Amino acid sequence: MTPSTPARLSLRTLALGYLGILVLTPIVLILIRTFEDGLLAFWASITTPAAISALTLSLIIIAIVVPLNVVFGIVTALALVRGRFPGRGIVQAIVDLPFAVSPIVVGASLILLWGASGWLGFIDEAGFKVIFALPGMVLATIFVTLPFVVREVEPVLHEIGEEQEQAAATLGASRWQTFWRITLPAIRWGLTYGVVLTVARALGEFGAVIMVSAGVAGQSQTLTLLVHARYVDDFNVYGAYAASTLLMLLAILTLLLMTVLDRKRKTT
Amino acid sequence: MTDAVAEDLHRLVTESDAIAAQSHAIVVEHLEKHYGDYHALRDINLNIPSGSLTALLGPSGSGKSTLLRAIAGLEVPDGGTVRIGDEDVTYVPPQKREIGFVFQHYAAFKHLTVRDNVGFGPSIRKQPKAEIAKRVDELLEIVGLDGYQDRYPSQLSGGQRQRMALARALAVHPKVLLLDEPFGALDAKVREDLRGWLRQLQSETGVTTVLVTHDQEEALDVADHIAVLNEGAIEQWGSPREVYETPANDFVMSFLGPTAVLRGALVRPHDLVLSHEHIDGAVSTVVERVVHLGFEVRVELRDEQGEQLSAQTTRGEAARLDLAVGQRIFVRPGQPDAAPAPTTA
Ligand SMILES: Nc1ncnc2c1ncn2[C@@H]1O[C@H](COP(=O)(O)OP(=O)(O)O)[C@@H](O)[C@H]1O
Ligand SMILES: [Mg+2]
Repeated sequence: MTPSTPARLSLRTLALGYLGILVLTPIVLILIRTFEDGLLAFWASITTPAAISALTLSLIIIAIVVPLNVVFGIVTALALVRGRFPGRGIVQAIVDLPFAVSPIVVGASLILLWGASGWLGFIDEAGFKVIFALPGMVLATIFVTLPFVVREVEPVLHEIGEEQEQAAATLGASRWQTFWRITLPAIRWGLTYGVVLTVARALGEFGAVIMVSAGVAGQSQTLTLLVHARYVDDFNVYGAYAASTLLMLLAILTLLLMTVLDRKRKTT
Repeated sequence: MTDAVAEDLHRLVTESDAIAAQSHAIVVEHLEKHYGDYHALRDINLNIPSGSLTALLGPSGSGKSTLLRAIAGLEVPDGGTVRIGDEDVTYVPPQKREIGFVFQHYAAFKHLTVRDNVGFGPSIRKQPKAEIAKRVDELLEIVGLDGYQDRYPSQLSGGQRQRMALARALAVHPKVLLLDEPFGALDAKVREDLRGWLRQLQSETGVTTVLVTHDQEEALDVADHIAVLNEGAIEQWGSPREVYETPANDFVMSFLGPTAVLRGALVRPHDLVLSHEHIDGAVSTVVERVVHLGFEVRVELRDEQGEQLSAQTTRGEAARLDLAVGQRIFVRPGQPDAAPAPTTA
């Protein structure tokens, strides 16, 4: 049954209204509040020492997490697709775990493991701070972003199959040469896509990171923590909006990048 | 293939050193392979003469690819040995076997140009760039892809991709050339062209070649020797004529061509003689259908037990017999216009 024209129109209006109220309006409101005092006020608010430090910290975390996820993600995807080992199903489930576990639980469990009184607390006592320091935030971010590269690379590996790699082997290429010259170029789009998703998620992560961060402004705040601190602790509502806008701009940039790459992937 | 193309190929192969003539026999002894409970290869013994073109022929799932991949080192057998030339390569990895392998679905390196696909092997061997470029150009000329150097595999037709794959395999001076249903994914016309071309290329270069196929016509047409496989075992080994004319058993007989059952024995339809007179050894049948297939005529018959069989005869013979549906006719094995042939059991 196809709905009549008026019914169809009102359904569309409803769907658009839903999207507008739930998604678009809040974002537009933040943008309006951010820029109603002009660009200069926005600029001043995102260039305070605390804001610059937060942006830097977010980028540092990304710079550490992305290479680790790339290496781990490729190795895991290769093992899952090409390997024949018992317990593959369990590995599949573990890879998806971060999607299922709430970030705040991730943070709590990291404290249980790495905290001063945790299982691996001796590391903390030996003077290498994990929890309430950068390593803790990196671990939390790795946990929540771990599935992306694996899940993007896996289907590509399935699709290309093993024959190209076997052909390379018969032509004399070692495993390592085959990986660099055949496998890696073949999975490059899946990999890039996974990296972009990782970056977007790492930028936006809040729950897991706030549990393990010392939360000192200008020192151990990421951009999301800065938004929270300005709003809740400093009653600096405008500052919170400005930092949110900065986060959004970065996210939009990543999204744009993703769209462009997606187009490119479809045409090659 | 035209004579001009054939002459060209001859000139190209003899003038260039792109394909070094070398000949190595392949010897397989007591080869065994299991996949879990499944017995994929059963005591395979094979002696492939150097310089020959041998076909591994059998139905799908009979173990042809498994055997070829074991020769290539892409599968490790559970038992037995594989020798290429003087060397026991049973546990040598494919990288070190100096083979050329061509896959049914081309296995083209999709992100590399035709030039880099063909030059892949030499570049792994760290040969100088200029030397690689020269050899790639020569090989592309031999396989008829000159001018396609800068294309990507996606810009080639199936037949062109497979010729590129062949050039890529030849670029490393392989001791033996292993082809796994190389024409299986191509349409009939292209397949026939490439078949003739491969035959010529193989005899020009003299490189020992093993071709896997499930198409008996292809094997009969192209190979010097045929190994017929069934359920992981070799049923017969011989020249095309031997396996066709003196099949070792009913499986080989029925796999290599059409058959009819006459008094419980398998016969080729073209070895059936029709006549209006009853002669010793002839079976009485009724004509059900007469099908004209150009020069040949297929006559579908039913014997007195109600079993169907078909005989193949020439147009002239059919006209002489003046065949009509519903007519009674006698069938016996033998040659037309000859004395009744002694039936071979
Ligand atoms: N990697 C594998 N794992 C399990 N079974 C396999 C594998 N490769 C082949 N087989 C089985 O072995 C048998 C022979 O396969 P194959 O050599 O590919 O046959 P062919 O090439 O003659 O069609 C088939 O029944 C196939 O299902
Ligand atoms: Mg096969």
